[in-house]
Amino acid sequence: MQKAKGKVISVNESLVGTQITQGAVMNGEVAYIIIEDGKRLKAEVIDIKGGNKVYLQVFEDTGWMRVGDPVEFTGLPLAVKLGPGILGSVTDGLQNPLYELGEIDWFLERGLEVDPLDNTKEWYFTPMVEKGNIVTGGSILGSVPEKLFEHKIFVPFSLQENYTIDHIVEKGDYTIDEVIATIVDSSGKKMELKMAFEWPVKQPMPFKERSVPTKPMPTGIRILDALFPIAYGGTACNPGPFGAGKTVLQHSLARHSQADVVIIAACGERAGEAVEVFKDFPELIDPRTGKSLMDRTYIVGNTSSMPVAAREASVYMATSVGEYYRKQGLNVLILADSTSRWAQALRETSGRKEEIPGPEAFPMYISTLISAFYDRAGVEILGNGDMGSLSIIGTVSPAGGNFDEPVTQATLLSTGAFWGLSRALSDARKYPAIDRIDSKSKYPSLLKQEEVSYLLDLLRDGKTIASNIILMGEKGITDASYIRYQKAELLDAVFLQQNSFHEVDGVTHPDRLRSMFEMVKEVIDTPVDIKGKESIRSHFNFIRQAFLDWNYMGQDEAGIEKQQTKLLNLIKHRGYVAENI
Amino acid sequence: MLQKTYENIDSIGRAILGIKAQGVHNKELAEVIYPNGHRAFAQVIALDGDQVTLQLFGGGFGVSTDCKVRFMGKPIQVGFSDDMLGRVYSGNGRPIDNGPELLTDMVRVAGPSINPVKRLIPKDMIRTGVPMIDVFNTLVRSQKIPIFAKAGEPYNRLLANIATQTDADVIIIGGVGLKYDEFHYFRERIEEAGSKNKTIMFVHTHRDSIVEGLMVPDLALAVAEQFALQGKNVFVLLSDMTQWSDYLRQVANAQDQIPANQGYPGDLYSQLASRYEKAADIEGAGSLTILGVTTMDDVTHPVPDNTGYITEGQFYMKDGYLELFGSLSRLKQQVNDRTRSDHRSIMNAMARLLSEAEERVKAQKFGSVKDDYSLRLLEYRKTFQSELMDPFRYLELEDALDLCWDILAQHFKKEEVGLSSKLIDTYWPEKGMFKILKETSYE
Repeated sequence: MQKAKGKVISVNESLVGTQITQGAVMNGEVAYIIIEDGKRLKAEVIDIKGGNKVYLQVFEDTGWMRVGDPVEFTGLPLAVKLGPGILGSVTDGLQNPLYELGEIDWFLERGLEVDPLDNTKEWYFTPMVEKGNIVTGGSILGSVPEKLFEHKIFVPFSLQENYTIDHIVEKGDYTIDEVIATIVDSSGKKMELKMAFEWPVKQPMPFKERSVPTKPMPTGIRILDALFPIAYGGTACNPGPFGAGKTVLQHSLARHSQADVVIIAACGERAGEAVEVFKDFPELIDPRTGKSLMDRTYIVGNTSSMPVAAREASVYMATSVGEYYRKQGLNVLILADSTSRWAQALRETSGRKEEIPGPEAFPMYISTLISAFYDRAGVEILGNGDMGSLSIIGTVSPAGGNFDEPVTQATLLSTGAFWGLSRALSDARKYPAIDRIDSKSKYPSLLKQEEVSYLLDLLRDGKTIASNIILMGEKGITDASYIRYQKAELLDAVFLQQNSFHEVDGVTHPDRLRSMFEMVKEVIDTPVDIKGKESIRSHFNFIRQAFLDWNYMGQDEAGIEKQQTKLLNLIKHRGYVAENI
Repeated sequence: MLQKTYENIDSIGRAILGIKAQGVHNKELAEVIYPNGHRAFAQVIALDGDQVTLQLFGGGFGVSTDCKVRFMGKPIQVGFSDDMLGRVYSGNGRPIDNGPELLTDMVRVAGPSINPVKRLIPKDMIRTGVPMIDVFNTLVRSQKIPIFAKAGEPYNRLLANIATQTDADVIIIGGVGLKYDEFHYFRERIEEAGSKNKTIMFVHTHRDSIVEGLMVPDLALAVAEQFALQGKNVFVLLSDMTQWSDYLRQVANAQDQIPANQGYPGDLYSQLASRYEKAADIEGAGSLTILGVTTMDDVTHPVPDNTGYITEGQFYMKDGYLELFGSLSRLKQQVNDRTRSDHRSIMNAMARLLSEAEERVKAQKFGSVKDDYSLRLLEYRKTFQSELMDPFRYLELEDALDLCWDILAQHFKKEEVGLSSKLIDTYWPEKGMFKILKETSYE
């Protein structure tokens, strides 16, 4: 296809109209607008109209653009470069590495492009095929060690035929720009392959074979692992008003989730939050690998003050990278914060295109885009018994904290777990402020199903009794109800609430979750033979105190056994123990 | 550069002007020249063929079809020099304090955001002396945080207090839609506090055009950013961003943009964010802290709602008190583990108990609160409000923490407060041993 050329005919913020002067244009292809000072502003074709008019959304500020400025089309869709070197990096929404950009300028000046992957670094390549072998897109040519694991080098996924290996390099150090293999197709045409290749970000990578998410992914967050779990390959959303703890929850998940690779898509959110991650993580040691947390992390950020049009790109960029690492046979987790900002970016562009608006001025197709995005998560069976998974946890920031708005509703339809964040709970400092009653998950818990129901029943009872207390006062309910209420409160205080800033309490390993659950069950199952609300409350206060002290003690800390015994004694202390009577 | 003058004005709206012209740059600055020689600024905001749309800084009133438009071949810029300290400017960057015009370097306005890798993780507490801030929602250098309050609350007083009681090197006040007396108040407070020679004001009052009001935060932040890059710790006060958003709504409406919520444009979030995100602690340089005001009746209104998603928390002021619920400092965790060992824990314990008390307030309406514990909670709530929530009571952080312990001991037993035994052993005051609180008996 001949690459098209054109000229700017209109400018309206990020939407730029162009007139094509030569060549054919593809919807979704990348174009560059060259402004007066020679800067090349990256853009994407989003609309093709009659009379050779093509509309672009520009990924940069359009200030100083003029009618008549030349436009060069590339013929290629927006793509991500896939290959070794992604892990540990921080890029903007168009995969420009931020640290490298930082060497050029303090500010994110427009028109700067840097190679997404380091092309000077040498990787030690070990071939796994020989001359004469038949390969196709997705076949493994060899591997290089990357951070924590062996990074497989694939035949680019876009090559769909069968090819014969004509040449493969010896074991040794190569950069991603060097040719490592030559393949020949059936017509005898030769192709040179390198360790990195491109993939169009908006196109979901096909599954080799898809399976369903059934294995819970431990997150270290008790309320999730016990009551509202996410599975490897599953999807979850956490909508909530501002200040209810979405960000802290996302950071906890990024640190403690038992995934091999964590991708953080900071989409239209505060820059400071991404900074906390990429400046803290290199210093933090992941206890499961003994290596820096950053080694398993990739951050793609289009924060709220960066050009709006690139927000959408950042989400898809993250997803494509996630799919690529799933093909590596790894468990990948994407944290997308926030999908609402992405939807708002679409709304802005849609408004400028003068499309007929849907509810709250969001474009009509918003729900389709959201569902298609979450559908890229899943479990993939890769052959040779290998599996990979991609889980997506998306934050939603509903206007006014009201879940009855288009983005939240579309997201609820597309995700398997719903963690509703509640301002009432965060005001009461009951963190994580995930609604105990309304949240849901269709994935299996680390606890048994009947144990989950057992806890949820108590929570529901507790809520009913609490509202009775408000109506009738403590004196208006029986001691038995009051004891049930105190048990529900205790369950909340010592098990569901978690101090994510505490070294020990901030993350709960599945084994410890089990022993904490057993202890909670001990409290719930022990009948309490105490008369009078004051005494009942005091009894539970002592248990709570001892329980919290126990929670804050490390598994190997001196005195934890003693504390556990103390706690058990307290539980039994004024409990109804039949044999003592 | 050739500066061409055009005469063929097509259309004139509330703050918008359409004209046919060639070779014009998007976002270029222009001058509207009235028949009587008077001049006013305008800025290109859209191009369509030879149709140029301009935003009029002076508003559309009085602009006639025989005005001329001269494109100036440069974007909007603002002066920057140390000589600006102590001066007062309008929303179009001209001095309004009868002082001389300054010939200064010009810097760009509304430039791109700083590369996140050049940001530091904020880690310096700013001591304000306000207990509700220092103890419960600690302010941190480079934070962006507004005061949410109904119009008429003493938010400007608090803003001025915080700016002058702390160690800012430079204070920049961006007044949007200020009443004249508010402007006057700021000026007086700054002078009283002896801070005049480190303060620059950009002021838009109700008599000025709304487009100038829209410019104020950009001018203030552009200048502030330059000081920060020079290594200064800069405080920017923006009051009131709800007015600003309202102007944004008016201008968007004049441009026939499709409204999203309550008539506000769909990009309200991005517009607010690109201003607030200027706050930063910059590697190898200074810092920029933004304290704003967002007047509101209801926190779910689009302006406070969008703001809350952007800023790093908010201080919620109601009936002259700084409220605990509704207030938040997202950065407090960065600093409050390095103040005193009890800080985090007592902050949480106090909040949990207050929230329990709030439930009793609801229950009280049904007349169902009779038990001793609930009554003590209600008493605790009263003490909390009178001792801690006054935004104009000055207490050092350590004194404020001691006061918290006094209040707990006044109303509760040790095992009722949910604090670890270790902390209780260290800090729990015995009756008669209070450090700050005057003891009263509730028997």
